[in-house]
Amino acid sequence: MTEKNKLGKVYLFIVFVVLYAPIFYLMYYSFNSGGNMHGFEGFTLEWYSEVFHDTRLIIIVINTLVIALLSSAIATIIGIVGALAIDRIRRKRVKNTILSLNNVLIVSPDVIIGASFLILFTIAGIKLGFTSVLLSHIAFSVPIAVLMILPRLQEMSPTLVDAARDLGASSRDVLMKVILPFISPAILSGFFMALTYSLDDFAVTFFVTGSGYSTLSVEIYSRARAGVSLSINALSTLIFLLTVILVVGYYWVSRSSMRNRSKEPAAELGVPE
Amino acid sequence: MSRSSRGLYLIPYYLWMVLFVALPVVLVAYYSLFDIEGHFTLSNYASFFTPVYLRMTLSSFWYALLITFFSLLVAYPAAYALTRTKHKQLWLLLIILPTWINLLLKAYAFIGIFGTYGPVNSLFKAIGLGEHQILFNDFSFVFVSVYIFIPFMIMPIFNALEDINPTLIAASRDLGASSFVTLRRVIFPLTLSGVRSGCMAVFIPALSLFMLTRLIAGNKVITLGTAIEQHFLVTQDWGMGSTVAVFLILIMAVLMPVLGGGREVRK
Repeated sequence: MTEKNKLGKVYLFIVFVVLYAPIFYLMYYSFNSGGNMHGFEGFTLEWYSEVFHDTRLIIIVINTLVIALLSSAIATIIGIVGALAIDRIRRKRVKNTILSLNNVLIVSPDVIIGASFLILFTIAGIKLGFTSVLLSHIAFSVPIAVLMILPRLQEMSPTLVDAARDLGASSRDVLMKVILPFISPAILSGFFMALTYSLDDFAVTFFVTGSGYSTLSVEIYSRARAGVSLSINALSTLIFLLTVILVVGYYWVSRSSMRNRSKEPAAELGVPE
Repeated sequence: MSRSSRGLYLIPYYLWMVLFVALPVVLVAYYSLFDIEGHFTLSNYASFFTPVYLRMTLSSFWYALLITFFSLLVAYPAAYALTRTKHKQLWLLLIILPTWINLLLKAYAFIGIFGTYGPVNSLFKAIGLGEHQILFNDFSFVFVSVYIFIPFMIMPIFNALEDINPTLIAASRDLGASSFVTLRRVIFPLTLSGVRSGCMAVFIPALSLFMLTRLIAGNKVITLGTAIEQHFLVTQDWGMGSTVAVFLILIMAVLMPVLGGGREVRK
């Protein structure tokens, strides 16, 4: 038994090594003064200073962040509305239909989403660039937000809403003071999920960027095709650190939502005044 | 709140559904009926059934199958080992962490690792195997794709393993089953739903990996995804691109009920 456990640990270790090898490989060479990824010549921070002096790259990073934050915020709001709408549907068949429509964008290959959005924006006369990228990121983040929020909404005891109404709360108050606070952990994780989808997306963005506008993954793609530059390594090291912070944040949020969940009976007693 | 105003705030969601779910599919189907000059025609469908596209479809599926198979092969034992560790949630998070790093950056790293001067070739030379061209072929394409998808395969399998009632395994042991028989007859059948959603989470995106085919496979591997990208962004033949997309959608619609579930959460 212990023998087998050891075997499993060795296997896991190998998987971890392979999973992290490329990431650390990039990070290692970001400090190479040699200017390539062939041999390590000496330690330098030159590539990091290059990143910070490359205004175009900085603008692209800002673009990426703006798109990610804005699209996830808007998608989360639409997602809340969507989850409320689905939760309200009583007829099972209608509910399942809406749910599968909701999931279409999650199960579609990115290429199809990208291509069909390209057609859509061209027909609608929307210029490719910031607006088209933002709209498509909102579009593919909405179902993710819905899927994160809906289970939490379904967990909510209907007596909470009834009690609020009995106490004279208007629909608006019920929504703002009872429902939204109850589902807020799920809203937050939906937002985080949408954020990572947006930051990670390449294929869809690639179709709808047009020529003047670029996000990080599109830029990395074109640079990686043109040839190796260590400033990309430096940038990816910085992104890795940012990602670690985000992951820790996400973990913390999901942990605290789990803790809230275990406190549920108390929360049900403490109906807001 | 009156009934009408209650409906009012639901508008953004349904608007999203019509504009970004239903309309794009309709538009793709519509565009597939036009040739590159904008004439109404069924010629795109005719050309899809020529050997070029049929072979591409087949090879696309073959690669996606290979990638799914190897991901499963690597991921199942890993997920199983994960359930045996202390702090499993933390380890699972560490498996997921690399997926939060841009896919292209990782592909880019592999160009270095597999390159002529990369560590893998240095290792080969050191142990006397000589230099090899590892990049820009089938092997590197499948390897990097499997690398990218492993976490998406591990997650659902891990969840399925976690859901197994431990008394079932104890019962199987009590009844004299060896650990291999327990794995084959008890554990594996009980995790089939996880395996299915893992396969779905890998298979569908594997059909549309156009950036990896370009970066890693050196354009030698052409998938349906590559074809769609090529038609839309390079040759500007939206009609043919849409036709390929229509077939991809149709194939998926057939596959979905077979595989069931679907990717719950991509990462």
